[in-house]
Amino acid sequence: MSELSVNHLTGIRGLNRDDLELVFKTAQEFKEVLNRPIRKVPSLRDLTIANLFFENSTRTRLSFELAEKRLSADVVNFSAGTSSVKKGETLVDTVNNILAMKVDMVVMRHPHPGAAVFLASKVKTQVVNAGDGTHEHPTQALLDAFSLRERLGHDLEGKNIAVVGDIRHSRVALSNILCLQMLGAQVRVCGPATLIPKHIAGLGVEVSHDLQRTIDWCDAANMLRIQLERQGGKDAIPYFPSLREYAAGFGLRKEMLSHRDKPITLLHPGPINRGVEISSDLADSSDAVILDQVENGVAIRMAVLYLLAAKR
Amino acid sequence: MESVELISPPLFSRIMDRLAHQLLEHHDLDNTDLIGLQPRGVFVADRLRARLSVLLGGKELRLGAIDPTFHRDDFRRKEHPILPKSTDMDFLVEDRNVILIDDVLFTGRTIRAGLDALLTHGRPRKVELLVLVDRRFRRELPIEPQYVGRSIDSLGAEHVRVEWGEQAGTDRVVLLNEKPQ
Repeated sequence: MSELSVNHLTGIRGLNRDDLELVFKTAQEFKEVLNRPIRKVPSLRDLTIANLFFENSTRTRLSFELAEKRLSADVVNFSAGTSSVKKGETLVDTVNNILAMKVDMVVMRHPHPGAAVFLASKVKTQVVNAGDGTHEHPTQALLDAFSLRERLGHDLEGKNIAVVGDIRHSRVALSNILCLQMLGAQVRVCGPATLIPKHIAGLGVEVSHDLQRTIDWCDAANMLRIQLERQGGKDAIPYFPSLREYAAGFGLRKEMLSHRDKPITLLHPGPINRGVEISSDLADSSDAVILDQVENGVAIRMAVLYLLAAKR
Repeated sequence: MESVELISPPLFSRIMDRLAHQLLEHHDLDNTDLIGLQPRGVFVADRLRARLSVLLGGKELRLGAIDPTFHRDDFRRKEHPILPKSTDMDFLVEDRNVILIDDVLFTGRTIRAGLDALLTHGRPRKVELLVLVDRRFRRELPIEPQYVGRSIDSLGAEHVRVEWGEQAGTDRVVLLNEKPQ
């Protein structure tokens, strides 16, 4: 297997096992590049990449931008707050206008699920999904799996992985479930009933509402962020009574790990609400790979951009 | 596919001995590193280091492996993407003498990319090139080796295959009349 089976990265759905292995292998080499005195290679020096962020993001955008610059691509940034989107321009028009300026690849974050798939079908350029609403966030899932393999070993077959927290609003959850299952892991989601979608068992995951039992079961836990911005408007019925109550039921604390006889690996896609999803001491402990995830994120994104560019 | 043996296993061993002696002749080897280019220059570098170690009474030279893939100029010009091999450099080459090593020198483009990749690991004092087989008169860039196992004249369509004990059972070099698929 020497190339990706897809021309766009719209989601983990659509990739196959060989694609995942290819991305991981390539990312491993880029990780080495990132530790050289000169952390830059000229592979994409003839390409221009547009980062279109129709929704706020700090680390994903920074991570993509760094990955692009480490590959020597030219980068243009666009954020919805300062653009004509507010003047009523459609997505396809906005992107086509940017492409008319001879941009070769588009990295897009958008609040609407399916925006990346839609765009990929409408414009003549390669699209990388950097998160579309509550749908998918493929590069996050890839970097999570890559970080897990560093800790748990190359083969995730039969490993128990828990995804905890706001499953309903999380694009990270769906991409993670699809990615981990493809790698052979057992996935269990855990959270309050209001934050777990009704038919999620159809994806072949177990569902639990008991954090302690889930933690006892798993080899690694991905503690998702509570998306305060997606909890409905001021007048909506909240998904849980208060942050304090959420933390009491589904926040991970040190004493919950005290009787384990095997190590645990803790992931968090960031930004952390310390003391809500995960206690501060655990987030800073050696069980957590949160900063490894950030480092691996750049290498994974370099690999994705490099492998997609090869298909142009 | 027809093939001609260019370097037989016993000759292969003698050429390696000669190259090791040539390096000794020109270097004090105190400030010298061997860098093999992935994928197959690393085999040459490995054998040279073993011979030098015997000649130097057990002293081991530092050995690195560099993958030039990300620095190539033919990325996206080939039918298939060029996939990276591992770079294994646990030291910097700042102010060192570097012997850059590859198995076959053909157009010179791999060496050009390898030089670029090398320079991301520091600024060496001096870089020399050692190749096992030099397909002379086929260069597309002004690159010449200082140490050569054997120079051969070949057609562009022909292919030089170096076989390594680890993979093929014996060390030898054959010339094929076409590039294998």
